[in-house]
Amino acid sequence: MPALHIITLVKWVPDAQLERGFTAQRRIDRTEGILGELDEHPLEAALQISESLSDRQVRVSALTIGPAGASAALKKALQIGADDGYHLTDDALAGADVSATSAAAAAAIQHVRSLAGLDAEYLVLTGMASEDGETGAVPAQLAQRLGVPALTQATALGIDGARLSVTRTAGTRQQKLACALPAVVSVTDQANEPRYPNFRAIMKARKKPVTTFSLAETGLDAAAVQPKVQLLSAAPRPAREPGEIIHDDGTAGRQLVDFLQKERLL
Amino acid sequence: MTQVLVFFEELGAELSISQQELLTLAGQLGEISVVTTSAEPSPALAVQGIGSVYAPQADVPPGDPALADLLAEAAAQAAPDLVLGADTADATDALARLAVRLEAGLITSAESIEGTTVTKSVLAGAYTTSAQPVGGPLIATLRPNSVPAAVQPGSLPQITTLPVSPSGAVELLEETELPSTGRPALSEARVVVAGGRGVEGDFSLVEQLADELGGAVGASRAATDAGWIDHSAQVGQTGVIVSPQLYISVGISGAVQQKAGMQTSGTIVAINKDEDAPVFEIADFGIVGDLTEVIPQAIEELRARRQS
Ligand SMILES: Cc1cc2nc3c(=O)[nH]c(=O)nc-3n(C[C@H](O)[C@H](O)[C@H](O)COP(=O)(O)OP(=O)(O)OC[C@H]3O[C@@H](n4cnc5c(N)ncnc54)[C@H](O)[C@@H]3O)c2cc1C
Repeated sequence: MPALHIITLVKWVPDAQLERGFTAQRRIDRTEGILGELDEHPLEAALQISESLSDRQVRVSALTIGPAGASAALKKALQIGADDGYHLTDDALAGADVSATSAAAAAAIQHVRSLAGLDAEYLVLTGMASEDGETGAVPAQLAQRLGVPALTQATALGIDGARLSVTRTAGTRQQKLACALPAVVSVTDQANEPRYPNFRAIMKARKKPVTTFSLAETGLDAAAVQPKVQLLSAAPRPAREPGEIIHDDGTAGRQLVDFLQKERLL
Repeated sequence: MTQVLVFFEELGAELSISQQELLTLAGQLGEISVVTTSAEPSPALAVQGIGSVYAPQADVPPGDPALADLLAEAAAQAAPDLVLGADTADATDALARLAVRLEAGLITSAESIEGTTVTKSVLAGAYTTSAQPVGGPLIATLRPNSVPAAVQPGSLPQITTLPVSPSGAVELLEETELPSTGRPALSEARVVVAGGRGVEGDFSLVEQLADELGGAVGASRAATDAGWIDHSAQVGQTGVIVSPQLYISVGISGAVQQKAGMQTSGTIVAINKDEDAPVFEIADFGIVGDLTEVIPQAIEELRARRQS
């Protein structure tokens, strides 16, 4: 079997536990961030595939696209277990939409493959959605640009010989799909329980190589990553009107029904 | 006249409520044509206002690169100003491919569309944005419950078979219907009663209250992760986004990822024994109390009032 190169996309995102917002340029404020938790699931999936294919050479690379701070996401990915890290950073990518992101990612993946110099089949794994953009549309656009299938929202995945299979839910149906590599797969938070890096893994990660590159090195110019969507306004959602809060004095169940009746919700 | 191309990634015996909503919005915006992945579109498309229906030569499975050809061929025929789909993974994926093909802008999870300006919630519902495509048609997915569905039965429109077949790259090995709960679909229900870690493994009170109100049952991720209820019941950022008239949150703290899935509900009721639980910040009616006492009393009261 040829070697397998699994490239996982990881994103440095604002921490959802903290206040998030927009800058004056109507871009998401990215002064601080973390490795998106949803991006730990594709990493875990990559590591599990690697462990399941003991007779095959498997490389797990983590690729991030983002400002300088995004190197923190790569560092965490290396601690969790990726073999090497790649960082595409370029001012032309600030304010990227789905189209710009997928265009940059497709070029970056080809660049990473040539840098890695493996004679390998490849598989791209992503999270189910980024925690800031939340579109879930990048994997399919990326697959379109690479000319490969996109099996999205995987709740389970595995490689058997030359075939990749994915279990997913579509509406009210559960499906099992299969395809040959290369392919793009987005992995949900249902697929696995990501591992925590232990002290040894953290020490080991320090020695793992990270390569940083610009858009021009991938062969793209700024025109190729022009957003196709223009943000006109971004405003905080108005707070909901404060409601009535009662402490149960033994009649709260009845008071609830009174409230529903008053609001004509019965 | 504005041309609207609506994409259906599946077609059952009847249109789903979100499919009806898509057709309703499309009809408000312009003239409708439909493109489906199934080679033999069902009579469900016998609806007033649909001008033409485009279909492939054989069913195209999810994930297939041929989805781009299917939609691009349909777009070449219909010359749409707008392409709309449901806010589902399969529709998002197909429209995402089309957007690359047409070098057009894609906006997911739209809540309203006027002209080519789209309003939607971002950052887990903390912000509302409006956005527009830069040239090219607008390609968008629509959140359920964004427009009231109003479609009238009509005659079956003419079906045009496009010269597109599945690429063969993706194989659908198995497909099974998820077990039905017999309750309304979560994303479409008028009432949702959702339980969290506070139910401590027992969803029966939540289910009884939901049934008393004719509602759907939802859950927090803590409850689905614990295996107390199927993942399809999960409400939130990584589950279903709901916007019912009434959402009753039971034993759920109200984390940002949970709120992302329910904070646009009409009326929010929260039952939680911790008065500092963040869910009370968005509740119209909050009860600080033990759910095992409050819910049985409410159910008894609902039954008593029904009888009197
Ligand atoms: C990337 C990401 C995505 C996520 N996506 C989702 C998502 O889609 N949906 C989601 O829900 N969460 C999601 N989460 C998880 C979320 O952050 C919270 O952990 C989760 O919502 C907590 O669930 P809970 O409120 O049921 O549990 P807890 O936070 O433990 O709250 C339980 C509540 O029950 C109350 N309680 C206990 N006993 C009783 C009783 N007898 N009577 C009344 N009240 C009682 C407690 O006071 C407490 O407030 C996500 C997290 C991440 C990081």
